[in-house]
Amino acid sequence: MPDVDQHAHQIIARTSFFTIDNFTFRNGRRLPQVTIAYETYGRLNADRTNAVLIAHALSGSAHAAGVYGPNDERPGWWDLYIGPGKPFDTERYFVICSNVLGGCSGTTGPSSINPETGRPYGLDFPMVTIHDMVRAQRLLIEQLGIKRLLCIAGGSMGGMQALKWAILYPDMVQSVIAIATSASLSAQGIALNEVGRQAIMNDPNWNNGDYYGGKGPDAGLSLARMIGHITYMSEQHMHERFGRRFKDEELSPNGLKQTFMIESYLHHQGMKFVDRFDANSYLYITKAIDYFDLKKDYGTLHAAFEKVSSNFLVISFTSDWLYPSSQSKEIVQSLRANGKNVMYADIETDFGHDTFLLDCEPLKRIIANFLKREYERVCAS
Amino acid sequence: MKVIEHIAYDLIIDAVPVGAKVLDLGCGNGDLLERLMFQKAAHTYGVEISSAGVSRCVERGLYCYQGDIDEGLADYRDNSFDVVILNQTLQIVKRPAYVLCEMMRISRIAVVSFPNFGYMKTRLQLLIRGTMPKNDLLPYEWYETPNIHLLTIRDFRNFCAANRFPIKSEKHFRIGPDATSRPVQCLPNLLAQYGFFILDGATYTSSLKKM
Repeated sequence: MPDVDQHAHQIIARTSFFTIDNFTFRNGRRLPQVTIAYETYGRLNADRTNAVLIAHALSGSAHAAGVYGPNDERPGWWDLYIGPGKPFDTERYFVICSNVLGGCSGTTGPSSINPETGRPYGLDFPMVTIHDMVRAQRLLIEQLGIKRLLCIAGGSMGGMQALKWAILYPDMVQSVIAIATSASLSAQGIALNEVGRQAIMNDPNWNNGDYYGGKGPDAGLSLARMIGHITYMSEQHMHERFGRRFKDEELSPNGLKQTFMIESYLHHQGMKFVDRFDANSYLYITKAIDYFDLKKDYGTLHAAFEKVSSNFLVISFTSDWLYPSSQSKEIVQSLRANGKNVMYADIETDFGHDTFLLDCEPLKRIIANFLKREYERVCAS
Repeated sequence: MKVIEHIAYDLIIDAVPVGAKVLDLGCGNGDLLERLMFQKAAHTYGVEISSAGVSRCVERGLYCYQGDIDEGLADYRDNSFDVVILNQTLQIVKRPAYVLCEMMRISRIAVVSFPNFGYMKTRLQLLIRGTMPKNDLLPYEWYETPNIHLLTIRDFRNFCAANRFPIKSEKHFRIGPDATSRPVQCLPNLLAQYGFFILDGATYTSSLKKM
């Protein structure tokens, strides 16, 4: 047996930057320059028909796949799904992922420097919407010389962007994969987002968003992330993974010092998040999710999808209570009513909303097969 | 007990015009839809409750919705399909009356086939043995059967009359030794294993509008 290097097939990722001059936000505000961080994996074919855009969720980044070097032990956020031989097979498709507008991982957002003042924008950053994120992505796609995407795919907020793409640019999107998403977040979802925002804004270090260079609202942001993580898991999964176990079974279970495993997990997630995410970006992006409402924007959901021409794959997870199956079904039913081509799978899983980020074999298979068929359709036409 | 596969496929394929837009309610692995796609260049859509079935449909590139048959039919516009198929599934659905009304509304033609509970062998099992019938058509014990709305060919005719569903044609059949459908013209409610109806959805839908 030859020595198989485990990392032989690992993508070595590199972040690139694209600058847009004079970007006008949906609310009318204009920034003289915004930068979009993006990564690409695989090769664009000669006909430029194999491009797949990946849209990330709330806390994602442009770094969707691969590692930055041989010693990097933390691959991109969707590395399980993107790479050679994986559902988004980089030997066949040219995969692009960019950080959303308003984000904090290389793309211009509240933590970026305002050229007019020389200081970070903070709350002076224009309110960003899913619409703005998609418009910025389109400029990037055009810049890359792509006229039509084979597919736009995303989960959660990424799914919202995917739906918006299909509506705004019907001629540019062959197919859409919308996972665990919604045409508008539920009141319950908004409520939980608001608790997270309040955690940040009530942290004295937040200082009305003007904390750069000093001590930021780490406690608030960490708390927001803890709440988020509760919503990403199902009760069943939490029970199975943590149950009522203590972190240190030796300690006596009285007094405040003893911690349950679930507590320790949430603390860890909260603290880890503070190192990589900006609190103001969290405020802006969660608000963009809350405001996203295809029904309101187009009158009805049926009307929203009237002019789309893409083929759709919509996927929900049975244990997802943040973006429940019923919300995916609503999307599918509106698409069907408009006579659009749509596949819908309600994948049975205990892992809740987060399932799309985990190693889920049925999800992998469905994505791979759908994409393969859509690529065949493109090649045949 | 042998499981009969692809019941009535030959009759259904005959009933579908070339290039038709077809919806198969309870499409399973998509076997019928795939054949319609290849043999009739049909534009095919399916509804299926099992994840295994849906996954197989996606693999075959068939547009398929995972869910109950009676979910969301209401969203389809009048006559938006040429053919809607309910094959060996009527006896399983929770709300057969609702599903049939919606099929008639959304499609020009509705094709319905089901195991005939009035079939001689089935009747005799109940009459002579005094047990719930179990045979090739109804291969389940009473405690594990998915069939919740069993019916006879006569029941279905009565149902169509009561709901003013125009019947275009009837092709009741039994399965021949080579697994093809053999027509039963004489006493079908007694001698046919399966009922097979083609209903005129377009006429039904336009009659609704006049009312």
